[in-house]
Amino acid sequence: MFSYCTDPSALEGLTWLSCYLTTGKHAGFYISFGTVLLLLAITAPTALAFGFAGATAARSRIWPVKWFGKTYIAIVRGVPDIAFFLFFVIALDQMFEWARHQIKCPDWDEPIRQGNDFVVCQAAKLPLGEAPQWVHETYGFFLAVLTFAIVFGAFAANVLFGAMRAVPHGQLETAEAYGMSRRQTFWRILVPQMWVYALPGLSNLWMVLIKATPLLFLLGVEDIVYWARELGGTKLSRFTEYPHGDWRMWYFLVLLVFYLCFTKVSELFIERLMVKLTHGQATTGGETQRKAAV
Amino acid sequence: MSCWQTIQDYAFRSLGHGARLLPKDDFTLCEQITLIGSGMIWNVYFGFFALISGFFLATAVALGKASKTTWVRKLAEWFVLLFRGSPLFIQFFFAYFGFLALKSVSPIFNPFTAAWLGALIVLFLNTAAYTGEIFYGALRSIPKGDVEAADAYGFSGMPRFRRIIWPTMLRLAWPAYTNEAIFLFHATALVFFSGFPAWQQRGDALYYANYFADKTFNPFIPYPILAGYFILLTLVIVGIFGLINRHLSRHLPQDARRMKRPRMMLIR
Repeated sequence: MFSYCTDPSALEGLTWLSCYLTTGKHAGFYISFGTVLLLLAITAPTALAFGFAGATAARSRIWPVKWFGKTYIAIVRGVPDIAFFLFFVIALDQMFEWARHQIKCPDWDEPIRQGNDFVVCQAAKLPLGEAPQWVHETYGFFLAVLTFAIVFGAFAANVLFGAMRAVPHGQLETAEAYGMSRRQTFWRILVPQMWVYALPGLSNLWMVLIKATPLLFLLGVEDIVYWARELGGTKLSRFTEYPHGDWRMWYFLVLLVFYLCFTKVSELFIERLMVKLTHGQATTGGETQRKAAV
Repeated sequence: MSCWQTIQDYAFRSLGHGARLLPKDDFTLCEQITLIGSGMIWNVYFGFFALISGFFLATAVALGKASKTTWVRKLAEWFVLLFRGSPLFIQFFFAYFGFLALKSVSPIFNPFTAAWLGALIVLFLNTAAYTGEIFYGALRSIPKGDVEAADAYGFSGMPRFRRIIWPTMLRLAWPAYTNEAIFLFHATALVFFSGFPAWQQRGDALYYANYFADKTFNPFIPYPILAGYFILLTLVIVGIFGLINRHLSRHLPQDARRMKRPRMMLIR
């Protein structure tokens, strides 16, 4: 990076460190922070959409839909989320390949599960065998996003389901009295009002989502945990120009501080948002604000 | 090989008893159920001891947060922020590599790099922080009248805390604490995926479930088995905590005793 970095073994102290921290591998480490933020940016709205669908399904009048929605909400409470992550990553992959296999190779007569192997025809492989590296990485990232969205969608569904029930019943009755259909009541009365009740739960969920991002590592994405383990491990002078001992502890300390700052900043931001949203509401929070302003 | 034979071989495999080699191929359903169940011993071990030990530290943390002494309050607040604000997964990694670094300083730290002690300490501190926050919230919502009545009866200091404040705090915190206990047991599944090695393949339930899923490339059998075990465990926890809740609120009128359904958003 810097001009004086040509011979690292001659350097000492801060100059050595400045060279060490700007190597190509460290660039990968810094970029992986972007990966985490990207995951959060994509997952949060997707999970919210899943949650909305789940909550709506759980309110449905058609019993199979209702049953499906309720099971979706209930299941995450009983089972560790990490088990879901490990399960869905393989299950989704196999599901996609199986579906493609059915479409692309209809005249394939061998069974798909042969002993301990999962065999589909070449054309159904995902991603295709000859695809470049970035396609493989993107596909892995896509699977991770989908897995996160399914698991956190269930949490979001639980929050939204509660929020829909928290909307005062009188509001819905009034809408009916005005002759609105069920659909109209839902979209015009219930949905706009539920967000105030859902916000505490959703902001909590955001915190939980932030803290779940290191699990990306278990899904095979090269994220910050991967790089921290990779870069922190003992390096011998035979393989690198920057030999050092086992520094993994320090790398994980950096990650710890990163997450602490991230959650703290989110907390402050959410507090501001809550103050804005409760302004003028007929709740205890709104009442306190009104009294304080007088 | 009969199923009974499998159970004899693998029921305590996670503790190092029975057959040394894990099954290599032709996995039967019986083998999967037995081994994953064997791994549950570790989940129960971590969860149980972290919960019991964390309970006491959590009480101290809650009192610390409510303390009038500034440095005690700041200490408790920082402790809670550190463990609630960062992912448990990273805490495990940091603790493991930290213990590894300490090990080279002194052999006293040898057992700390093993999961049974090192991971237990992390879980203990983690649950203490989460529970401390719950207890602190309960401490603040103790009805004013209860404390005033205690004062009027001449209670003060330790007797007032032990007889009046503490039981009320527990009763108020109980629904949320039940939740915390459930998620603590779920969090134990992270232990062997976070640096702590499963020595001689003695792992927890998720470790074995993952082993089978990797070997058979079929996630649809081991993970549902694991889910079944955890749902069973969750039901047991809810049952036990319900019994304790009944004991804590035995002085209340009948209809006030039922535990409100706790909010579930407390995972790490």
